[in-house]
Amino acid sequence: MNSNSGYNGLFDPMLAPGRTLDFAQQGLSNKTVGNPFSEKAKMSVRNLNVYYDNKQAIHDVSLDIKRNEVMAMIGPSGCGKSTFLRCLNRMNDTLDNCRVEGEVTLDEHNIYDRKQDVVPLRARVGIVFQKPNPFPKSIYENVAYGPKVHGLVSRRAQLDEIVEDSLRKASLWDEVKDRLFSPGTGLSGGQQQRLCIARTIAVSPEVILMDEPCSALDPIATARIEELMAELSQNFTIAIVTHSMQQAARVSNRTAYFHMGRLIEVNDTRRVFTNPEHELTEAYITGRFG
Amino acid sequence: MSKAKSKVSIANNLNTIDLVQRNLAKRKRAEWRFRAYGVGAILFGLACLLILFSDIISKGHGAFMQTQIYMEVTLDSQRLNIDDPTSDQQIRQANYDSVLAQALIAQYETGSTLSENTADSFKPLSALDKRQLLNLISTGAVYTIGQRLSDNPQLLNQTVGFWLIADDDVDNYVKNIEHGGKGFSSRLNKQQQEWVNNWMANEQVRQVFNSTFFTSGDSREPEQAGIHSALVGSLYMLLVTIGLTFPIGIAAAVYLEEYAAKNRVTDFIEVNINNLAAVPSIIFGLLGLAIFIGFFDMPRSVPLMGGLVLTLMTLPTIIISSRAAIKAVPPSIRDAAYGLGASKMQVVLHHVVPLAMPGMLTGAIIGFALALGETAPLLMIGMVAFIVDVPNGLMDPSSALPVQIFLWADSPERAFVERSSAAIMVLLAFLITMNGLAVWLRHRLGRSYQ
Amino acid sequence: MQYIGYKGNELTYMETPTLIIITLLCATGAYILGRNRASNIAYRAGKKNVLHSLPYYYGVLSALWCVLPCLFIVLAWNLLDDYVVHTAIVKLLPGSVQALPDSEIELMVNTVINNALYPNALIGSNPPDYILQAGQDYLRWQQLSQLSLTVVVLISLGLAFSLGWLWIKPKVHARQQVERVFQWFLLFCASIAVVTTIGIVLSVLFESLRFFQSVNLFDFIFGTHWSPQTALRIDQVGASGAFGAVPLFLGTLLISFIAMLVAVPAGLMSAIYLSEYASPRFRATVKPILEILAGIPSVVYGFFAALTVAPFIRDVGDLLGLDVSSESALAAGLVMGVMIIPYVSSLSDDVIKAVPQSLRDGSLGLGATQSETIKLVVIPAALPGIVSGILLAASRAIGETMIVVMAAGLAAHLTVNPLESVTTITVQIVTLLVGDQEFDSPKTLSAFALGLMLFIVTLILNYVALYVVRHYREEYE
Repeated sequence: MNSNSGYNGLFDPMLAPGRTLDFAQQGLSNKTVGNPFSEKAKMSVRNLNVYYDNKQAIHDVSLDIKRNEVMAMIGPSGCGKSTFLRCLNRMNDTLDNCRVEGEVTLDEHNIYDRKQDVVPLRARVGIVFQKPNPFPKSIYENVAYGPKVHGLVSRRAQLDEIVEDSLRKASLWDEVKDRLFSPGTGLSGGQQQRLCIARTIAVSPEVILMDEPCSALDPIATARIEELMAELSQNFTIAIVTHSMQQAARVSNRTAYFHMGRLIEVNDTRRVFTNPEHELTEAYITGRFG
Repeated sequence: MSKAKSKVSIANNLNTIDLVQRNLAKRKRAEWRFRAYGVGAILFGLACLLILFSDIISKGHGAFMQTQIYMEVTLDSQRLNIDDPTSDQQIRQANYDSVLAQALIAQYETGSTLSENTADSFKPLSALDKRQLLNLISTGAVYTIGQRLSDNPQLLNQTVGFWLIADDDVDNYVKNIEHGGKGFSSRLNKQQQEWVNNWMANEQVRQVFNSTFFTSGDSREPEQAGIHSALVGSLYMLLVTIGLTFPIGIAAAVYLEEYAAKNRVTDFIEVNINNLAAVPSIIFGLLGLAIFIGFFDMPRSVPLMGGLVLTLMTLPTIIISSRAAIKAVPPSIRDAAYGLGASKMQVVLHHVVPLAMPGMLTGAIIGFALALGETAPLLMIGMVAFIVDVPNGLMDPSSALPVQIFLWADSPERAFVERSSAAIMVLLAFLITMNGLAVWLRHRLGRSYQ
Repeated sequence: MQYIGYKGNELTYMETPTLIIITLLCATGAYILGRNRASNIAYRAGKKNVLHSLPYYYGVLSALWCVLPCLFIVLAWNLLDDYVVHTAIVKLLPGSVQALPDSEIELMVNTVINNALYPNALIGSNPPDYILQAGQDYLRWQQLSQLSLTVVVLISLGLAFSLGWLWIKPKVHARQQVERVFQWFLLFCASIAVVTTIGIVLSVLFESLRFFQSVNLFDFIFGTHWSPQTALRIDQVGASGAFGAVPLFLGTLLISFIAMLVAVPAGLMSAIYLSEYASPRFRATVKPILEILAGIPSVVYGFFAALTVAPFIRDVGDLLGLDVSSESALAAGLVMGVMIIPYVSSLSDDVIKAVPQSLRDGSLGLGATQSETIKLVVIPAALPGIVSGILLAASRAIGETMIVVMAAGLAAHLTVNPLESVTTITVQIVTLLVGDQEFDSPKTLSAFALGLMLFIVTLILNYVALYVVRHYREEYE
């Protein structure tokens, strides 16, 4: 037993009879297998390193996210997938102890450029969080928040239109159209999360980041959000972090597997789940740790 | 999704980033302005603190020094009215004013060695001049002479040199000149200024540490006034407050946190405590006046009364902070003790209270610091009396330091204002020490159960 | 009720502490004896569990048997003693004196006591013989009373001691009994707050009711002319002077308003900056420094306001050609505002920190700037807490005494001009009650009526503030 190896939360050798996963504890290579790069990249990440104080959370990750695709990021907890996602619209800037190195481009423009302002960046790259976080305001105000803040509309009618359109796109309109001015916090968990999605798309971003958007929801609400993602992928580029392999398999076009802060493998989703190239991916897919 | 809707969204898509960019500069400026307001607010607070402290120090530092004047006094037994040098009674009641006046006037009328370079040294002085000359020396100076004589009776009929306390107006004048000013002259007339200048030229004037300020009580004469009795009164009151508030506060907090059932009585007690914590302090003064003095007929202006009123005032604060400290004790410790079969009282006395003690002490010290600086309720219970003597116990009439500050600040004499500032400095020194102690305790003992 | 006269009946106070010390010594003895007796019983029975509780509890129980009854007797005696002796003195005085009104008799009794205690204090005044005689009797009774108290206490100590001794039996549930006493003690301590509130209500209410017997409540609350001094003249005692409190209310509001005008923006913005923008290090340094402002006694602020700020404002006004009073409301209000900054800021700081980070993330994630996030999400979410903090700060401003006593005026002007001098409720309370008081005149009683108003207003503000916060917490969680 490697009780002092430091990785012992990751897997239990007792569950994997006949096969040892020693490589999981040995020095991992920073090289990614599969095809992380693409010609039609909406966002591309090159040599990304992220540190929390002195602890490195992301090791030299490079990856492209294609226009209008759904890119899923999976991996055991603590593998850095959420950290990676939050780097894509610089949400990590809000943490005092976080340091980011490397290059992330959006339409070939480095978002970590000194001159880049986070405000227009986040207007283009929206994010939906793990726990639904509607503002303690009315449903209408929640959705109208982004357009108002960014000054996207000048007339009330336009705003009404955007709110309705966004709620429809988030397939929430029919449920809330009669109570647009009641508090958003009064909705159910699944509705709240769809409200947050509506709030994000009201700004008309180009990319939507989703950080385990269904982990706080029940199966039925999860199913609705997954349907929604399929619809949204027509207009938006989506990057989703999930701890559920089934969800990744259902909603994504491509899947990236993260392990210990490294990007191990990127491939078409079907490929990853049927015939993974890397043995770590395979071990994870087959449920030997996670 | 209908066609019309998607058209809207595509139109939006094209516009979004341009619209965002168009407003960006304005929003950045708003952001910058908002931050500037924040910095401005903090700087305002810090500036107020700085101005307050520097104002008080600049007004009060002078009070720690005192002007003395050198005088050679002939202790003539006839003038002193002493027939029998061995009689303490006679020495105590002797007429020192007369010898002092004689010494002062002699300088100018007979041309003593000390003033030979003055042109008009032989001119006789008018009665008014004499009075003005006498006014330059503090009325307390005679005690200095009397003390020396009673310590050393064989000095009788000899000429002895004394450093005598100057009057407060002379004190101000001299201090002003020494600080490079032209002399604060409004309270001294030309003639008096000339006399003082003469003394200064003869090096008959010196500045020494003002020990009177720390060793004597209040006085009508600023140069003889000190904070000793007020300070002792304040400390007595604080003693009463600490002795009552701390045990009662802890007991009440323990009851509310560990014993009280969630019912209306408990709710009522809690609401009462929260409300009392925000009742203006002057109301507690009214309570003390009507109930303690009026109803129970207790004496006024004594430290015991002041302490009782301050206790009632401080108690809610102490209960609230002690409750917070008890809440911070991890429940696991109680569970462990109960698991071993300890009774509730044992759990409370052996585990909860000792673990919460650092937190409770910190809160209590801060509460006591507030009580020490409190003035308004003390005015209500008659602690504004003019008290010269140092109180000897809880039942002696006394003043309090903040009340003394209030009384002096109201006086027209400049010297009293100076002493008021100095008393503020002493009070603040106490408060800063207490708060420092609280902070130290929090750091030193704070981690005992983590 | 009688407030005048310093009564130094030192005899009582000299003896009582000694008695208490004796009682405590006996209690210590009882503790040791009780514990040993319990141990002995257990020892003789040969096994430890014959006792219901640990020997130590039996010791504590015996000690309690000693202390509680005796303390009760000493306290009760001291409370009743004055009353009994007073009544007795009155009975001793000649009939002509007894026929006088109550207040005169009180005065006479005080003369008697003062004469007895300080026979040399009043040289020159030649008190009548009956006063001296009564004084002698008074002294004798005092001694008698003290002596009998001592005897009673000692006897009851002995009784309690032996009862406690006999009480120690193996089947007595000593632990439960001790714990019950402990719990009652704790409850007693906790209810002191309630007793204090009742005391406050009674003290201001009763005197106010007496005041409203001579002055119409309506005139008091709505009258616009305040000059209590006129009622001092002998021919006007009891007659309604001028007790229209509107100028005081207005003055109080004016000064508090100026204070809030300073404190709310400064306190709120510094709280926002410290909790949202500042680095942890900056916050850890600056926050305690700003909180020093809350620790400075108000008398110091009063000094600062009266001797530095007020003259400064007057000089500036002179330069600008404005006529500024040297006791302007502006000076008192500004300084009070500075004093209140830390209250506003620390209360808002708490509620701003309680706003969950997820809300900030939600807003920042949409591309809102930090100030937009604060203004549109954080502040609205924290608003109830901020409002309650502001209400508490306002209640502090209204009840603040020393700053206004030192820096505001005494004359009641009906004005809202901050450059003029106004007076406040607290200033009037202090002015009316400091110094010699005539407790039957409406002038003095009006102070209690003002106190009642002050108490009611601050109570309402505190209650609303607590309600808002409580309501908001429930909604939020």
